[in-house]
Amino acid sequence: MPNPIITMTSVNKWYGSYHALRNINFSVEPGERIVVCGPSGSGKSTMIRTLNRLEAHQEGTIVVDGIELHEKMKDVDLVRMDVGMVFQHFNLFPHMTVLQNLMAGPMWVRGASEKDARNTAMHYLEKVHIPEHKGKYPGQLSGGQQQRVAIARALCMQPKVMLFDEPTSALDPEMVSEVLDTMTELARDGMTMVCVTHEMGFAKAVADRVVFMDAGQIIEQAEPERFFASPKNERLKIFLGQILQH
Amino acid sequence: MLYVDTVVAERLVHRPRFIVAMVVVVSLALLTFNLNDTVFAEILRPIIGAPDQAGWFGRLSIAFILSILFMLNIVVIGFLQFKLQLLIVWSELLLLFLFFFYGFELDFDFIRTKFWFLVTQGVFTTLYVSMVSIVLASIVALFGAVAKLSSNGFAYAIASFYTSLFRGVPLLMQVYLIYLGLPQLGYVIDAVPAGILALVLCYGAYMTEIFRGGIQSVSKGQWEASRALGFKFGLTMRRIILPQAIPLIIPSTGNQFIAMLKDSSLVSVIGVWELMFLARTAGSKDFRHMEMLITAALIYWALSIILELIQSRIERHYRTQSH
Ligand SMILES: Nc1ncnc2c1ncn2[C@@H]1O[C@H](COP(=O)(O)OP(=O)(O)O)[C@@H](O)[C@H]1O
Ligand SMILES: [Mg+2]
Repeated sequence: MPNPIITMTSVNKWYGSYHALRNINFSVEPGERIVVCGPSGSGKSTMIRTLNRLEAHQEGTIVVDGIELHEKMKDVDLVRMDVGMVFQHFNLFPHMTVLQNLMAGPMWVRGASEKDARNTAMHYLEKVHIPEHKGKYPGQLSGGQQQRVAIARALCMQPKVMLFDEPTSALDPEMVSEVLDTMTELARDGMTMVCVTHEMGFAKAVADRVVFMDAGQIIEQAEPERFFASPKNERLKIFLGQILQH
Repeated sequence: MLYVDTVVAERLVHRPRFIVAMVVVVSLALLTFNLNDTVFAEILRPIIGAPDQAGWFGRLSIAFILSILFMLNIVVIGFLQFKLQLLIVWSELLLLFLFFFYGFELDFDFIRTKFWFLVTQGVFTTLYVSMVSIVLASIVALFGAVAKLSSNGFAYAIASFYTSLFRGVPLLMQVYLIYLGLPQLGYVIDAVPAGILALVLCYGAYMTEIFRGGIQSVSKGQWEASRALGFKFGLTMRRIILPQAIPLIIPSTGNQFIAMLKDSSLVSVIGVWELMFLARTAGSKDFRHMEMLITAALIYWALSIILELIQSRIERHYRTQSH
C-alpha cells in the first residue's frame, strides 16, 4: 500500500467565529481520482484550498507529499509547486499570452530554460487541444478555451496532484463538455485529482471515490456505484435528488 | 467617452428658442459695459454715428450686433464635426485669453529679450526637478502602497503616519522645513536636493494612495493563481500584479506629474533657479513683473499641454494592448 499523497487528520477551520470545516478526515492515494460535491456553502472550496494552503486551518494536521502544512512552515512554495490548482474563474494572467502563461511557472519557479519551458508548454497545449491559440491573450479566448489553458498552465509545473474547484461552473453550457473531456483524458493518464464539481456524469465515469460534504463536514464517501445507487445519509439523498433531476 | 446615445436629439444650439434667449441674455450682459469707447463703436460708426454722442442707442446697437455675431458663431460651430469644433473653439478661447493679456499693455520687446533665457535656464531646471521627483516619488509610493496593504502593523503604522503627515502639511512649509530644518540637525542640504526631497515626500504620499488603489483593484484571483503556482510574494508583485496595476495607475500619475510641474515653482522660495524663480528675478530688476509672470504662466501651460499629450499617448498604448 503506497503512502497517501494527501492526508487530513481531524482538521478544523474557522472564519472568525464561523466553523467552516468540522473534523475533516480525508486522504488521497497516488493515482486516485476524487470528486467532492455538496450544497453551496458546505465548505468544499475551503477544504480544497487548505490543501495548498491558500487557506489556513487552525486545528488538526494536513500532510501533502510528505510535507506538513502549518503556520510556521519554511517553504510553502515547495508544496505549491507540486500541487496544481484550477479555479472556477480560470484566473489566467490577462497581460500575458497563452504561451507566456504556460511558461512562467517552469521558468520562474523551476528554473527551466526558455527552450525547455516552451517545449513543455507546447506539449500540454496540444494535450488540451489548443496549440493554435498560443500567441493569443486570455481575453481573446472563450471560457472553455481559457479553462483548458488554465489546466495546461497547472500541468506545466508537472504537479503530483491536481485540484479543481468547480472548473465548469462559470462556463456556458456548450463549453462544459470540452473541459470535462480534458479532465477525463487527464484522469485516464493516471493523474491524481481532487475535483469539486457537480458534474455527476463525470463523477460516474472517472471517479474512484465520491465525497459528499455538508455544513463543513464530510458526511459520506464511497465509490461511485455505491454512492449513487445506495446513499445512506438523508441529506445526501435529498441532494442527489435535486441534482440528478435534470 | 461617456455613453453615446444612439438617438440624436436636436442640437440645443440649433433650437430657435435657445438662440433667441441667448441673444437677449448676451445683449443684456454686454449692455452692462459701456462699449461706446471701444473699437466696436468705431467699426459701427456708419450706423450709430459719432461714438461719443451715440448714447444708449449706440450701446444697444453694439450689444445687439455683437450678440448676434456671437450666436451665429455658435450655430455655425454646431453644424461641424467633432474635430473641427474642437479646433475652432480652442482657437477662439485662446484668442480671447490672449486678448485679455493684450489689455495689460505689456512690453513685448522685454519679453522677447528674456524669453530664451527663461526657456533654456528655467524650463530645464523645472523639468529636471519635476522628473527626478516624480520618478523617486513613484518608488516611495510603491513601498508606501505595499506597506499600507500589508498586515504588518509596524509597516502600516509608518506608512499611514507618513501619508497623513505629508498630505496634511502644506508643501510650501515642507520645503522650508526641509531646507531650514535639516541644517539644524547638522546636515546641510543644497537648495536643489532640498526641493526635490520635499516634492518626493509630498507627492510620494499622494501617490501612495494612487498605487494602493491600483494594486487593490487587481482581483484576488490573480494573487491566488500566482501563489498557487509557487510564485513568491515579490515575484507575484513584480510580474503579475504590478503589470496589471500600472495601466490603472498611469492616468492619475500623469495628473500628479502635471501638478508637480507647477508645484515645483514652490521650491523657488529657497532659491532654486527654476522657471518661477527666474521669472520673478528677471522681472523685478526692470519692474516688469507682469510680463515675466505671464510669460512663465504660458510656459507652464505649454509644458502641461505637452505632458497631457504624452499621457494620452501612453493611455492609448495600454488601452490597445489590453484585450
Ligand atoms: N474568506 C471568508 N471569510 C468568511 N467566511 C467565508 C470565507 N470564505 C468562505 N466563507 C464561508 O465558509 C463557508 C464555506 O464556503 P466555501 O468553502 O466557499 O463553500 P462551497 O465551496 O462549498 O460553496 C460559507 O458559508 C462561506 O460563507
Ligand atoms: Mg466553492
